Amino acid sequence: MGLVVKDVSKEFVSKHKKTSTLENFNIEIKRGDFVCILGPSGCGKSTLLNILAGLEKATKGVVILNGNEITGPGPDRTVMFQEAALFPWLKVIDNVEFGMKMAGISKEVRYEKAMHYLKMVHLSKFKDSYVFELSGGMKQRVALARALSLDSEILLMDEPFAALDSQTKMMLQQELQRIWVDTKKTIIFITHNAEEAVYLANRVVVMAANPGRIKQEFAIELSRPRQMESSDISYYTAKIMKALKEEVEKVAKAEYDGDWNFEENPVLYSSDTDMGGDL
Amino acid sequence: MKRILFYILLILIWEGIYKLGVDILRIWRPYILPSPFDVFGTLAVLIKDNTIGIAIIASLKRIIVGYFISVVIGVALGLTIAKFKYLEENLGPLILGLQTLPSICWLPFAILWFGLSEASIIFVIAIGSTFAVAMSVKYAIKNVNPLYIRAARTMGAKGSKIYTHVILPAALPDIVSGLKQGWSFAWRALMAGEMLSATKGLGQVLMVGRDLADISQVVAVMIVIIVLGLLVDKLVFERLEKNMRHKWGLDRA
Repeated sequence: MGLVVKDVSKEFVSKHKKTSTLENFNIEIKRGDFVCILGPSGCGKSTLLNILAGLEKATKGVVILNGNEITGPGPDRTVMFQEAALFPWLKVIDNVEFGMKMAGISKEVRYEKAMHYLKMVHLSKFKDSYVFELSGGMKQRVALARALSLDSEILLMDEPFAALDSQTKMMLQQELQRIWVDTKKTIIFITHNAEEAVYLANRVVVMAANPGRIKQEFAIELSRPRQMESSDISYYTAKIMKALKEEVEKVAKAEYDGDWNFEENPVLYSSDTDMGGDL
Repeated sequence: MKRILFYILLILIWEGIYKLGVDILRIWRPYILPSPFDVFGTLAVLIKDNTIGIAIIASLKRIIVGYFISVVIGVALGLTIAKFKYLEENLGPLILGLQTLPSICWLPFAILWFGLSEASIIFVIAIGSTFAVAMSVKYAIKNVNPLYIRAARTMGAKGSKIYTHVILPAALPDIVSGLKQGWSFAWRALMAGEMLSATKGLGQVLMVGRDLADISQVVAVMIVIIVLGLLVDKLVFERLEKNMRHKWGLDRA
């Protein structure tokens, strides 16, 4: 049981060339697992998430959830986007109830559940506010409550904290960790931040670009709750950064001039400030 | 306060030009350019004998009926075009073309079909704003942030539910902007229609002024038309639009 991604490829064909964003991507994700997909920009990680969500179709290969092939979007796989994507014409509580309303759940049940999840993200006070009254972090909290309210088996998260300031981001990461421990949902989390991946996930999958594929996988065997400052996190982050750096470098080299190099000047040095060594 | 001073200044300049041209240099006859005081005098008379009141009520009645018809047809047309790609590609340019056609061009048709009657003016009003409303409704629908639709789909919304629960409310601020534009089209069409074929209404009072060579009556009615148009624009549409754009988070770039 769980989610199986089998030989998934995705190609975009334009007039001039064919780009394969994903090539023969394979992964199996157990129920209740927390997987972070990490990679440089353009490695197809968002495309992968869209395919899992059913918003895009794979050119080749299948995605199987509990024995059934995924053919389109559905409430069994809710998505959190980088932008909160809340509906501004609805109050906070109605935003959280939206998915349940679509599923035809009765008003009382809907309200009770929405309040439950709003409390979980500490925003029950704001249930009657409108979206424009919320800060960026609060919006993402509401989006998280909305995603949780559908009781989906899988939560797909596409860099949900990338646009937030670092304090807000840290708070939300902590909270997500707690919510995952409480709800035991399967979470697939896309990010380009190695530290975030190590802090949150049980498995970190580093992707390579051109074509998008798995480069290396790391199991993060640390007890929870984890502390962002702990040396274990730094240890894993350093290990993963090494793998990631090669990929980032490859992508950057393809984009920038050929003489660009990550390690060219690891120490900032100028002959004017060499403390008189040439005297 | 500053604005009131500005308008007093403007009126004084107007009076100055009148004095210079008519009284001192004698290059203009008084019926070429009225003095602002004559205009306000005429306006007071028109208000006192209730000519303006009756005209305003007659004009408003027409525009409300005509505009209502155009909103119903325009919104329906816009939604239909936005829904079907075939219609959008083929009918869209035609409607855009019709929108640029001044509505008074429809008057011959209106008179042939409805005679010199109330109905023909209403027809001109309705057709003058229908296409503008239809085009903006279409653009409003096409402008909806695709992220909303994607989010709704992942939450299990399908087909017509996406339309009624996501696309329409998301497009509402732009639709209101379109309705505002439609109103100004309708207002112009109303005046044009009334000036050519009405027995009462603001446009007709203006034409009476022309027929009697009473230029101050013409200007007085022009001022009433401007003030009424501004009032509806500011009090109804702008307020609605502003509130909505604020709530939808569209007024912050």
